[in-house]
Amino acid sequence: MSAWETVIGLEIHAQLATRSKIFSGSATAYGAPPNAQANLVDLGYPGVLPVLNAEAVRMAVKLGLAINARIAAQSVFARKNYFYPDLPKGYQISQYELPIVAEGALDIVLDDGQVKRIGITRAHLEEDAGKSLHEGLPGVTGIDLNRAGTPLVEIVSEPHLRSAKEAVAYMKKVHTLVRYLEICDGNMQEGSFRCDANVSVRPAGAQKFGTRAEIKNLNSFRFVERAINYEVARQIDILESGGQVVQETRLYDPDKGETRAMRSKEEANDYRYFPDPDLLPVVLEEALITSVRATLPELPDQKAARFASQYGLSAYDAGVLTASRELAAYYEKVAAEGPEEPEAAAKWAKLAANWVMGELAATLNKEGLDITSSKVPPKQLGGLLLRISDQTISGNVAKVVFGTMWSGGASADAVIDAQGLRQITDTAAIERVIDEVMARNPAQLAEYRAGKDKLFGFFVGQVMKATAGKANPAQLNELLRRKLGG
Amino acid sequence: MSDWHTSTLTQLAAGLRARKFSSVELVRAYLDRIDASQAALNAFISVTREQALADAAAADRALAAGAGGALTGVPIAHKDIFCTQGVRTTCGSRMLDNFVSPYDATVVAKLKGAGAIMLGKTNMDEFAMGSSSETSFYGPVRNPWNPQLVPGGSSGGSAAAVAARLVPAATATDTGGSIRQPAALCGITGLKPTYGRVSRYGMIAFASSLDQGGVLTASAADAALMLREMAGFDANDSTSVDTPVPDYVAALEQPLAGLKVGLLREFFDQGLDAHNEQRVREALKLYQQLGARLTEVSLPNLPLSVPVYYVVAPAECSSNLARFDGVRFGYRCENPRDLLDLYRRSRGEGFGAEVKRRIMTGTYVLSAGYYDAYYLKAQRVRQLINADFTRAFGSVDVLMGPTTPTPAFAIGAKTSDPITMYLNDIYTIGANLAGLPAVSIPCGFVQELPVGLQIVGPHFSEARVLNAAHAFQRATDWHTRVPQGYA
Repeated sequence: MSAWETVIGLEIHAQLATRSKIFSGSATAYGAPPNAQANLVDLGYPGVLPVLNAEAVRMAVKLGLAINARIAAQSVFARKNYFYPDLPKGYQISQYELPIVAEGALDIVLDDGQVKRIGITRAHLEEDAGKSLHEGLPGVTGIDLNRAGTPLVEIVSEPHLRSAKEAVAYMKKVHTLVRYLEICDGNMQEGSFRCDANVSVRPAGAQKFGTRAEIKNLNSFRFVERAINYEVARQIDILESGGQVVQETRLYDPDKGETRAMRSKEEANDYRYFPDPDLLPVVLEEALITSVRATLPELPDQKAARFASQYGLSAYDAGVLTASRELAAYYEKVAAEGPEEPEAAAKWAKLAANWVMGELAATLNKEGLDITSSKVPPKQLGGLLLRISDQTISGNVAKVVFGTMWSGGASADAVIDAQGLRQITDTAAIERVIDEVMARNPAQLAEYRAGKDKLFGFFVGQVMKATAGKANPAQLNELLRRKLGG
Repeated sequence: MSDWHTSTLTQLAAGLRARKFSSVELVRAYLDRIDASQAALNAFISVTREQALADAAAADRALAAGAGGALTGVPIAHKDIFCTQGVRTTCGSRMLDNFVSPYDATVVAKLKGAGAIMLGKTNMDEFAMGSSSETSFYGPVRNPWNPQLVPGGSSGGSAAAVAARLVPAATATDTGGSIRQPAALCGITGLKPTYGRVSRYGMIAFASSLDQGGVLTASAADAALMLREMAGFDANDSTSVDTPVPDYVAALEQPLAGLKVGLLREFFDQGLDAHNEQRVREALKLYQQLGARLTEVSLPNLPLSVPVYYVVAPAECSSNLARFDGVRFGYRCENPRDLLDLYRRSRGEGFGAEVKRRIMTGTYVLSAGYYDAYYLKAQRVRQLINADFTRAFGSVDVLMGPTTPTPAFAIGAKTSDPITMYLNDIYTIGANLAGLPAVSIPCGFVQELPVGLQIVGPHFSEARVLNAAHAFQRATDWHTRVPQGYA
């Protein structure tokens, strides 16, 4: 029975890439010794006060503009009150009734190529909490407040997502966007980008939402997909066996691949939100919004559309090449190495796309590197592609050359010359080899001429062997056909 | 010379600059007065004798070199709500009995920068929650005019210290009247500046939207001198206001003629003691003689101040005091069984009854289902009270009325009835809700107990308010009276 519809909304937490914390001057760098980056404000000492980091505000505005949202002329910080050892003040400063960003949207591409618009209810600024430490501390709990006060933007989607796959596509889209905007490093292992998923199911066609469960703190795309799929199956199981889903917070256990209850609605905190009297409302002048707008880069969708038209790429290829700003920049540098004549340039652009998404991507992937640490820089890859397009080497030889360039760092020409890989394109030279081969194999020649066409391949192989694979294949074909034909 | 304590802060600062006496002599004399009074008044929680004498010696060296600021060598005290680096800062609570602040509050740093010498930290109601200085973990402060009576609160230690001339000036804070009410009950001058005029950084928060640092002194002129050094924008306090600090001292001598004084009708209500009223009306008559024009004004929403305050202030305090959890600093219970036990017992044992009462009230009014009915409604009424003040200041320069309904009351008289205690702040809370500057000055006595006159002005009108207070003090000598035994 598959008459169930899944309804998902995501709350994505992206750590803003400010140098200092959202309400204090402490650094935000990852990996410092415990509490080395926690000053009196972060520690919640008596008498200290928060001061808003203007850069965090600009970054939130940037995000809002990039998702075509409404930027609030006035937004308000509120206190979310609860007790926990990693929450030094006993409240988290967040935004509640008046967030800085509201009513935006992002488009995702579904498997069938359809574009779906996902509404973004709001995005608000808040501070992160610290963390508890247990390892190596028998009998006690340590508190590390380095992360306390780190700026976050929480991006809350509408419940528009209908499958785990859509949720992942949306999350990837947001991930790409925040990195494009340079407001978040997107590092999921370090927790810079994570999400909570609100999941419910309802009979297909129903208007009313089912009871939802919130799965907390998912920090990889794979976990998001698995956790949602597990949760959907769990809820359908409950409903089909006549039970009721309980509204609760759940945790995903990646080792067991399942979600389990953390706390129910009844046990939920009453956060007693109220406007933080230590902070003035954030009033945004139009001039500030304009100045932030001027810093917006070309956005992923815009860039993909431009790639498709400027380079004649398929929508899919354009999408892959613009998945990160760095990859897109790499591609464009390679593309720029090509010829200017339009037809040749179009061919070059396609060749470049194939190489960047093919041999280069595979090699990076194999070595676990990202594009910014490619051992073959764009100019050098361009040099290799040039030798393919001017027929100095064949595509197959090019892969060997690329491998040597990757490990040795030399230019394509240097590798080709050093290893003598230059393609033979001199007609007379090829003809000379063909003549020799024909002379050495009179029996095969006779058979071929008697109608055994299959032997053509034998002659090609012989010539290639004699030239160590360097004869230009197209030329060889043509010359050989003429010569064998007598 | 042994009568330094009858001099004003202004005279002492001038005498030090003229090198008529040394800061060390002065500081030692005041320290001796503090020590001699402590058993009777309990005005201080900490006395920093050695540091004060060392600082005084340094001040003398600076003065000898012709250097120093406006207050170089002048002794003062800080209410124990201001964080002082390397010195215990208790806020009158067992919770912070062991807390040595790692930093100076901005007010402390500014006064230090101006050359003032801190002699110690004054006693106060626990976390500034009280109107009698009886809720302190360190025992009640006593009124120098009569040790059976309260000095008012929460800045009762600072007020008693200045009234008994144990220091010429002391810092204080005012959330609902905690500077003006003890000033009135102790017969001294108390100034609560405009919200945002003085930085709150390092001032342990009670109710952030109402708290304001100020000063207790023997005269308006001394308050002007202190405020000039304390006020100003602070990048560490987002609610401090970036507007220039005028020279309050230079503005003291403006003529009063034509000053439009509004008599607050709502302050002359049935709760006002008839004798108190008489003293206040005599003071108003004197203002008329000095050239002021009196008109009666009405602020119809002002009587709602107390209920509004007792929603807003506890709400903010319930959140502000959440950081006292036994985890990082302050009191921690012995052998907690688990996290919940650590929280429950540290807070249960660390806080006193009045603080707990307000935390519970505040938690309640912010709870889901009650927020709209209490917190939100209180904020709306607060806006109405603001609007009342704004309207009144459209037609008058300052508002005047009593500071308190009665003179000082007996220790223990109101501790079992919080509502009666809360009503003591009925005339002072309005200025906090609206963020207005207000001063209380002595205007006479009722049965040998001082009575206070309150002057409230529009935002950032401290110069005008102090000028009005100073003109009155030039025409009267109430502010020079010193309680018997401390003269």
